[in-house]
Amino acid sequence: MTRTVISVRELTKRFGDFTAVDRISFDVREGEIFGFLGANGAGKTTAMRMLCGLSYPTSGSGTVDGFDIMRDGEKIKRRIGYMSQRFSLYDDLTVRENIRLYGGIYGLGRRQTQERMEELLRRLDFMSERDTLVGSLPLGWKQKLAFSVATLHRPGVVFLDEPTGGVDPLTRRQFWEMIYEAAAGGTTVFVTTHYMDEAEYCSRVSIMADGRIRALDTPAALKREFGAATMDDVFRKIAREAKRI
Amino acid sequence: MKILLVLLDKEIRQFWRNRFLPVMTIVFPILVMLIFPWITTMEVRNVGVVVVDGDRSSASRRLVSKIGASDNFSLLGTAPDFNSALAALEAGEADIIVEIPDGFGEIRAEEHRNVSISANGVNAVKGALGTQYMLQTVMRTQAELLGEKMPFSPADDIAVLNLYNPTLEYRFYMIPALMIILMIMLGGFLPALNLVIEKEKGTIEQINVSPVGRLPFTLAKLIPFWIIVLAVLSVAMLIARFVYGLTIAGSAGAIYSASVLFVLAMSGLGVTVANHSSTMQQTMFEMFFFVVIFVLMSGLITPVESMPEWAQWITRLLPPRYFVDIMRAVYLKGTTVAELWREYLALGGFALLFDTLAVVAYKKQA
Repeated sequence: MTRTVISVRELTKRFGDFTAVDRISFDVREGEIFGFLGANGAGKTTAMRMLCGLSYPTSGSGTVDGFDIMRDGEKIKRRIGYMSQRFSLYDDLTVRENIRLYGGIYGLGRRQTQERMEELLRRLDFMSERDTLVGSLPLGWKQKLAFSVATLHRPGVVFLDEPTGGVDPLTRRQFWEMIYEAAAGGTTVFVTTHYMDEAEYCSRVSIMADGRIRALDTPAALKREFGAATMDDVFRKIAREAKRI
Repeated sequence: MKILLVLLDKEIRQFWRNRFLPVMTIVFPILVMLIFPWITTMEVRNVGVVVVDGDRSSASRRLVSKIGASDNFSLLGTAPDFNSALAALEAGEADIIVEIPDGFGEIRAEEHRNVSISANGVNAVKGALGTQYMLQTVMRTQAELLGEKMPFSPADDIAVLNLYNPTLEYRFYMIPALMIILMIMLGGFLPALNLVIEKEKGTIEQINVSPVGRLPFTLAKLIPFWIIVLAVLSVAMLIARFVYGLTIAGSAGAIYSASVLFVLAMSGLGVTVANHSSTMQQTMFEMFFFVVIFVLMSGLITPVESMPEWAQWITRLLPPRYFVDIMRAVYLKGTTVAELWREYLALGGFALLFDTLAVVAYKKQA
């Protein structure tokens, strides 16, 4: 029996009258790639922010790597990696400076940072770009680098918020290979995406609408349940019933 | 503490990599110190004067030539009567009308008549100071005339000696104020903008989701600007010394220790404001609000003592008010830290308050 890494019960976030996340419950097991799907405004990002210790839940409870999201936000932050679509790295620092910064932030020693940096640059074939400003890298490269930096300190869980938004199909493919590699190494991956082909790669998928989780299972089981040929059809069937789109 | 060094390294690299900030922090203070002391002056020169000479004697001519010779006045000419002189004043050509009555030169009381001075009060400073200068000129002329006719009369008996700024050089009064304005601008705005830029770009999210503590993060936002502001102050003091010949009457240590406290307070305020704002516009607007109050109410330009009582109470809540007192006293009078301990204590209190707020106002989890 594998360990449960993320466990959420009746998690709710309200902003005034608006209930962004409405009593969601789920568990994520160690080494899983957990796809967190939903239309824009369904509440994915809000839910994810609560798990990462960026936002306090209004009610309900949850743990990440055994720590309470209400009380131990700062302890959780030591154990997770996080990468979002909007940015992630400092554009006005070079590749190496960014890696060194995050190595320092997560308390890796100088030598350890140096070793992991070299390994990372080799793996990404980035050696020649190591002194390039991150801001002048193409988006796809940036995202691959951001993922590598988010996992530099070998976190137990990594949260990816639409990591492949705006990235070309070839780079997306490479990005998912990196995700698989991380998962194979025991890292739990919690990922939101709008690409349904990516949902097919996940071990399990949850689909949110109107702040609630409407479906949660393996891609194959979901397709059976909804009588759909692809995840795309499953998603459409659920999203069509949603009020908040 | 290791984390602080990591973050400081980041901030310093980002500062130098910025195309605008290093240039701004070097050029702006130098320009301010080289240009503003020449233009921020309260001395009034070239007050336009029209004379209505009803006396036409050697005495009245002496007064007119004295007016003409003064730097403070520019003699526009004489007018035949008051009304035509008033027309020149209304047209904006003249600022002051001097009406010399018939019998100005006479000293016998029954025939003596007063000179009348009429000034345009629209520009109150120019009107008031111009009138003052003119009164002095008239009185000096009268005293001279009196002295010539009655050699034993007590003529000009009053001797004025201006201590601490013996030449009453207005520039010397303004230079410490300009240094303070620079420190408010750089010490307050730079850290505020630096922080809110991380919010706008979203990079602060990556910090919020990391184990970086609030204290090291805030300190890394403050410390570089403390150093920058003290460096800028040093450059400004060198310019004051070598361009304007203004030396510090007191000790440089007294200036620096007050400046450290002051920049701690200003940067703490800037970061607190940025912590509460989500956009650059919001931060800028709030900071301008504070800067306008600081500049107008701290005694930088007009003395606190001449403000209404209620306004004087408000000034006690403004950190620059104490710093202005310290800077002028140390720079011009040579006052010591021991004599100014209340002001130092007040500045220290503000520094502690604002820097604590800056750390507390930073929320990693909302």
